[in-house]
Amino acid sequence: MKTVYEKSAGLTDVPLHYCPGCTHGIIHKLVAESLVELDVLGRAIAVAPVGCAVFAYDYFNCDAQEAAHGRAPAVATGIKRVHPEAIVFTYQGDGDLASIGMAEIVHAAMRGENLTVIFVNNAIYGMTGGQMAPTTLVGQSTTTSQLGRNRLGQGAPLRMCELLATIEATAFIARVSVHNVPRLTAAKRTIKKAFQLQIERKGFSLVEVLSTCPTNWGLSPVDALRWVEQTMIPVFPLGVYKDVEGGA
Amino acid sequence: MARTLMKGNEAIAAAAINAGCRFFFGYPITPQNEIPEYMSRELPKVGGVYVQAESEVAAINMVYGAAGAGARVLTSSSSPGISLMQEGISYLAGAELPCVLVNIMRAGPGLGGVQPSQADYFQATKGGGHGDYHVLVLAPANLQEAADLTQLAFDLADRYRNPVMVLADGMIGQLMEPVELSPYVPAADLPPKDWATTGTAASGGRRRVINSLYLYPDQLEQHVRALFAKYAAMERAEVRYEPHQCDDADVVIVAYGTTSRIARSAIEKCRRLGLRAGLLRPITLYPFPFAAFEQVIARPQGFLVVEMSMGQMLDDVKIAVAGRKPVAFYGRTGGIVPTPEEIVKQVRALLGGGP
Repeated sequence: MKTVYEKSAGLTDVPLHYCPGCTHGIIHKLVAESLVELDVLGRAIAVAPVGCAVFAYDYFNCDAQEAAHGRAPAVATGIKRVHPEAIVFTYQGDGDLASIGMAEIVHAAMRGENLTVIFVNNAIYGMTGGQMAPTTLVGQSTTTSQLGRNRLGQGAPLRMCELLATIEATAFIARVSVHNVPRLTAAKRTIKKAFQLQIERKGFSLVEVLSTCPTNWGLSPVDALRWVEQTMIPVFPLGVYKDVEGGA
Repeated sequence: MARTLMKGNEAIAAAAINAGCRFFFGYPITPQNEIPEYMSRELPKVGGVYVQAESEVAAINMVYGAAGAGARVLTSSSSPGISLMQEGISYLAGAELPCVLVNIMRAGPGLGGVQPSQADYFQATKGGGHGDYHVLVLAPANLQEAADLTQLAFDLADRYRNPVMVLADGMIGQLMEPVELSPYVPAADLPPKDWATTGTAASGGRRRVINSLYLYPDQLEQHVRALFAKYAAMERAEVRYEPHQCDDADVVIVAYGTTSRIARSAIEKCRRLGLRAGLLRPITLYPFPFAAFEQVIARPQGFLVVEMSMGQMLDDVKIAVAGRKPVAFYGRTGGIVPTPEEIVKQVRALLGGGP
């Protein structure tokens, strides 16, 4: 018999706790495969967020630290400064990175920390039960914006890639999606490139991955994927926003 | 090493490097700025790293990352900044990460002022952040002791896998005194850091995770009980204090740090006036030297607690004395340092003399 597919060695055997139709599991897989293919799993150190991915430290098959809410880039800075040879990455949601952790992500980028950030944007607070996030779309209904997010007062979504790409010391900033197979394949290439740049000591790299939350969006898994394509991507355009190697 | 005239903040920074600290993360705040300035200048010379964080919140989380990666790491701040660090200190205690924190206290509450204070005693000794935990707190009274305790702090942190705080005030931080850095030799029996995240290739394959999340209450209770078993061990082994002229004292002054120095001057003046005062100086504020009071309690007519606060250590002294003798209090706050004369007056009043 020939093996045609197997779970990445970059993931442990712990069953993922994510809801049906959530794309966190796919994103975990892409990160894990990238670390294995680049042959850096043994020197990888993950920093887990607070939010849906809080148990990432149980899933990635490498050393890990659990950070306080929003502080993952600061924790990662401490780790990387002690072990410059380690491949250090944070895995953060939109509440963690774009709200409470705004100062930490902006300043890690400003310092050009040689880290990789996987930023999972599903436009809502998932773990706490579907509250409004800084990335919630205008008009999107959440448990704390039940009439739909109001542009005046509740504001419009923060576009983190666009914001961070203005920071001089960043190396690579890109937004990807995993809502279909071609996009997923492209996302994998992008994530792998972000880690490759860290290996080459090029500095701060961030990949924003648009992700689904069928549970809190109140959509079926299929409709949630469609919502990413039709509703989220027009607000969060995919692409490379910064690339020190040229392009973008 | 020769005796060098140094500022207190510099003595603490130099002692940290002497003790093998190679990582410093911090944010500027008066009156402790000489510590980050010294570290930013001197750490690169010994292969170390200084990072100026965007806030105290970020700084303490950088400390968490570096401590979890196995390094000897220091941060320093002053009262409002230490308040901002409390979330991170709770995580450090919960995840059992060793690190050294320096608080050069200034007056509060709020933005308060930049003059010396001891009003962070409760915050330092009773936990400070959320949840059940303690940090070990060392309170130097002079610059030599500040340097020595800073070196000791790194060993204690590693021994107990716990944050250790050097709690001083703006007076200690800004004062100049001769200091001789003692040759540092780490304690021989410090446990290996076989829990630090280094990458599995470096550690032999088994995953290491730094974490303070326990969603199952029975596991969390077990974890907290284990932390408290560790604190009990600290209480047995790490209590430090200094009695001074207590044997014949009619009044025992209890003071730490800067106020203990002033109390010593006051005691000299008292004794010239025929007033027999002594000093019991806690050096560890947590664990507090409760048992030391048993050695001195028989003789004095009462105790006088002197602090640069409205009375915080006072509570622990009352617990130690347990109603057996009167406990009086004299405090100045807002950045005002009490004079020896003010303390003499208090002693005289306690012993029934006129002013």
